[in-house]
Amino acid sequence: MSCAVEVHDLTKRFGDFTAVDRVTFTVQPGEIFGFLGPNGAGKTTTIRMLSGLLAPTSGDACVADLDILTETEDVKQRIGYMSQLFSLYGDLTVDENIAFFAGLYGVAGERLERRRAWVLRMAGLEDHRRQLTAELSLGWKQRLALGCAVLHEPPILFLDEPTSGVDPVSRRNFWELIYSLADGGTTVLVSTHYMEEAEYCHRLALMNRGRLIALDTPANVRRLMQEPLLEVTTREGPAAAQALQGAPGVLEAAMFGRAVHVMVEDARAAAAALPAFLASKGLEIQHIAPITPSLEDVFVALVRREGGAVEG
Amino acid sequence: MARKEWLHIRRDTRSLIMAFAVPAVMVVMFGYIISFDVNNIRMAVLDRDQTIQSRDLVDAFRSSGYFRVARYLNDERQISPLLEAGDVRLVLVIPPDFSSDLATRQPAPVQALVDGGDANTASIAINYAQAIVASYSATAVLKGQPLPVPLQAQSRVWYNEDLKSSNMIVPGLMVTVMMILSALLTSLTVAREWERGTMEQLAATPVHRLEVILGKLLPYLGIGIVDIILVAVVGGLVFAVPFRGSPVYLMVNALLFLVGAQGMGIFISATAKSQFLATQLAMITTFLPATLLSGLMFDLSSMPRVLQFVSYAVPARYFITVVRGVFLKGVGLQVLWGQSLSMIIFATVGLGLAVHAFKKEIA
Repeated sequence: MSCAVEVHDLTKRFGDFTAVDRVTFTVQPGEIFGFLGPNGAGKTTTIRMLSGLLAPTSGDACVADLDILTETEDVKQRIGYMSQLFSLYGDLTVDENIAFFAGLYGVAGERLERRRAWVLRMAGLEDHRRQLTAELSLGWKQRLALGCAVLHEPPILFLDEPTSGVDPVSRRNFWELIYSLADGGTTVLVSTHYMEEAEYCHRLALMNRGRLIALDTPANVRRLMQEPLLEVTTREGPAAAQALQGAPGVLEAAMFGRAVHVMVEDARAAAAALPAFLASKGLEIQHIAPITPSLEDVFVALVRREGGAVEG
Repeated sequence: MARKEWLHIRRDTRSLIMAFAVPAVMVVMFGYIISFDVNNIRMAVLDRDQTIQSRDLVDAFRSSGYFRVARYLNDERQISPLLEAGDVRLVLVIPPDFSSDLATRQPAPVQALVDGGDANTASIAINYAQAIVASYSATAVLKGQPLPVPLQAQSRVWYNEDLKSSNMIVPGLMVTVMMILSALLTSLTVAREWERGTMEQLAATPVHRLEVILGKLLPYLGIGIVDIILVAVVGGLVFAVPFRGSPVYLMVNALLFLVGAQGMGIFISATAKSQFLATQLAMITTFLPATLLSGLMFDLSSMPRVLQFVSYAVPARYFITVVRGVFLKGVGLQVLWGQSLSMIIFATVGLGLAVHAFKKEIA
């Protein structure tokens, strides 16, 4: 397969509102490619366009060697799609859902038996075959939905916020599944707004307000943030954050748990000046040290650099 | 609490329009439709006498305003097909010695043959006919003297001799049941999947639009057929409604009707995208016309022209004729081919609309 996912200037406008603005990227076969960004950034819209659910306003893309504009229905046979809203039929049993989706993708006979067994084992639902899907817990439903999406062993998988609302343990397990699929050669595009999940991806695309603001491996994305980051701990967090906003040499200050993450122009100068500054406001610094930025910090920095605000 | 509720209502413009428009429309429609007055009844005349007196009698019918002479017949054999097809409700037969009987002061019977399929209209038509004949005889002057023996119309009701209303209602119920099944149930199905998000998942698979629509239709078609059998059996057992025609012909037409009506339901569902809106639209566009404008309960010929015109577009109208024809008159394709043709057109249009409107796209 020469083209797993290749996107050129993909754009989607709804009237005056531009949901996706000239997005361009290429995904390598077997890669786990993440879309990261707040709600409304355009992740879902992009995925829907690539899955043939939404017609782009302009631009083009090829998915699994097929053109999404002219060969939309053919694309659907080569991809697996897991939508954001939970989309299995609640009043059908586990078995019935599997049988239905298998029918849609033309998976039958011996192959169906093999795939069904795989899905049940992978999702841990072997003992729950006849249970109504609505009665399953969210983690199970999610795995079942993933299974139903790959019954036909597609080369490309689109997952739209598959782990929303699921507990961290289930989320971790789900990512194990994604890893094993990718190991098997499946190309996976995942969208998420959980920044920590971004670490699991081979490469990341950061999106804000319809535009791609960064595209690289998680490590490199983190290095994009050149501004040093200091962590300042005081006894009155919110007050300190407020005060630091206006402090000299400070670009951004935000609460992170009990401490304040302060983006500064110069680490050494700030480390020296800030304690005195806060003292003049009646606040005592307990601890101040540089830290490595998390992806969230990077995201905020990049958006700020673009001159915009974080949407959503 | 009330204030918040009022805000909800105000912002939901669609429901608002419905809340005000629907009652208004209904009042107008019901006002015109639910009239137990019957006029403009289509009739045919077989005048074997062809004299001034017989023509006077026919004129009396025509100028009464209750009847409209649609056909002048030449031959007795034309009567059956006409009544079977439901073209006219009443045939007035004037015997050849009508005027000579009058002249010789003998009873001069005239015959009114009435289609009993719509028992209501039939009994009213009979009453009118007798009244007209009575008033004719009261005003008729023969050689300057009033008639010695008043005229009487002998009425024979065909197809439903006892004018049992159950014979009229039960076949009609079949149509109502079909309509409910089609319009309301199918109208929910597509909208519900969009609302729940399962349609999005479905749209991402290679399934064809036609597959989805036919797949959704099939179970409801099956249920529809079973329901027809049920109504026929119950009607026959409990109400002794006769079944004189071909069951196969009935089934075929019923299937056509269901496909068309359910196709429309899906069309509504696909366009409305919300279950609530879908049911409202389904009620207004399919269920209401089918019960009011199909000739099911209220006679069509007595409605204002506009509504009559609209009723041509109501598929239930044709199906009712078929159902009554099969149950009570024992007729089939030969007589009712026009209705069946309309049903075929309806089925095609309904299905076509459904396929066209149902898109595997989100926006």
